[in-house]
Amino acid sequence: MPNTRVVITGMGVVASNALGLPAYEAALREGLSGIRYYDKLKDLKFGCQVGGIPQGIEELKKTYFSEDRLLAMNSSMLYAGIAGLDCWRDAGFSDPQENDSIDWDTGAIIGTGIGGADTMCEIVAPQVTAGNVRRLGSSMVEQTMASSVSALVGGLLGLGGQVTTNSSACSTGTEAVINAYYHIKEGRSLRMLAGGAEGSSHFIWGCFDSMRVLGRGFNDRPEQASRPMSASTGGFIPGSGSGILMLESLESALSRGAKIYAEVRGGHINSGGQRGKGSMTSPNPVGVQRCIKDAMESAGVQPSDIDVINGHLTGTMADPLEFENWSAALGCSADQFPLINSTKSMIGHALGAAGGLECVASVLQVSHGFVHGSINCEDLHPSLVPYHKSIVQKTIDHETRLLAKASFGFGDVNACVFFQKWTR
Amino acid sequence: MQKEEAMAKVLEIIGPFSKNQEAIKAAAPSTRILEDLGVNSARLVDIILAFEDEFSIEVDDAAADKIRTLGDAVDMIVQKTGK
Repeated sequence: MPNTRVVITGMGVVASNALGLPAYEAALREGLSGIRYYDKLKDLKFGCQVGGIPQGIEELKKTYFSEDRLLAMNSSMLYAGIAGLDCWRDAGFSDPQENDSIDWDTGAIIGTGIGGADTMCEIVAPQVTAGNVRRLGSSMVEQTMASSVSALVGGLLGLGGQVTTNSSACSTGTEAVINAYYHIKEGRSLRMLAGGAEGSSHFIWGCFDSMRVLGRGFNDRPEQASRPMSASTGGFIPGSGSGILMLESLESALSRGAKIYAEVRGGHINSGGQRGKGSMTSPNPVGVQRCIKDAMESAGVQPSDIDVINGHLTGTMADPLEFENWSAALGCSADQFPLINSTKSMIGHALGAAGGLECVASVLQVSHGFVHGSINCEDLHPSLVPYHKSIVQKTIDHETRLLAKASFGFGDVNACVFFQKWTR
Repeated sequence: MQKEEAMAKVLEIIGPFSKNQEAIKAAAPSTRILEDLGVNSARLVDIILAFEDEFSIEVDDAAADKIRTLGDAVDMIVQKTGK
């Protein structure tokens, strides 16, 4: 593998608790929840009637996209488009014009977990079932194909590198960042936009509600509903949005005088094979621990180098297991455990967008010297009490040298990436 | 329906699909929908559906395929609504 260093030079975010980077950082620091109660979920007899939906998109979208583009954009595309354009601008590039030349040196890996379920369920299924195929119009494929989010961003920005969508359930966004890292390291592109997007759809959330994995006990207190690491959590809270990062070779970033948020030190992706304790919906601990260890090896770091873990930590029974896996992989006792937090405590679990949104949160923390608090875990899960000194409940100033971000997903898939404070 | 009225409604429908708003302002019967107005060819399907809804007409594929200019669209609409 060539000795190319890869850095982060831009970020864009559409989250349930904030739109745009400055607001997102402020929300993370303040412990601002984006979870709200929705009448529609109650009317449809959902057990979980709260969720995370980015606010103010209807007004904002008109300032980002032309009228003809908006005619063919569902919620995941809106989120990806806004986050992608913000990331591009934040990286120091001017807005592309329709007739501009193509940027052959930049590509995109923007993943999604479910895709355009709102379009498929609200338009395609009822129209086709009613025999009205002819009335679907021309834009159903581009809104329901898995790659709709990356294709949109590629077209908006005139990208000439590989433009693709990955999908690995809840590890999607983090997987995209790691894939982009290796893509640049191998010299296939100078820059890659990477992250994830997930739309807001009760059709998506209903499938999880039926599995009884969503939290149902806090419908009357939505801001307290997402409770990773707490004793009182009853499941995760569904979310949506998009987080996209610009990964760039250090040489390219320095040559154009780009600002550098952090360095991607390395990462690893694997699967537990759905063997042992693993299944379609449960992680095999052997696979998780191996992923963390192999990520450390790829990054050339030791367990003692890790200051902070931004966990997957969704608010399900898997939270304690995640701690066990980290402890085993790092070979550390509870009192040696790194600081750890859960961004999902504020924005819920944004599925295919979670890794992107949480990688943006991770890089902001490394770059700006803070570790955000995890809200709603005052009553720590009994298994996690031994780790209480490591679990950050209130935001602290902290100069992080190395942060580990991990995501795990259905299919027994794992992804772990390391972000390092930028120094020459 | 008169041609002027049909033209106004056609422009209202096609306007959002056009990448060339200057050409919309200067539109004439000879204006070509794809080449001059910069409409994505895939969107012709949506425009035809909008014509059907707006004018309560049915436009089969053969009739739709003949539409190249704003004038073609207006003539088709006037013919189908004119009774």
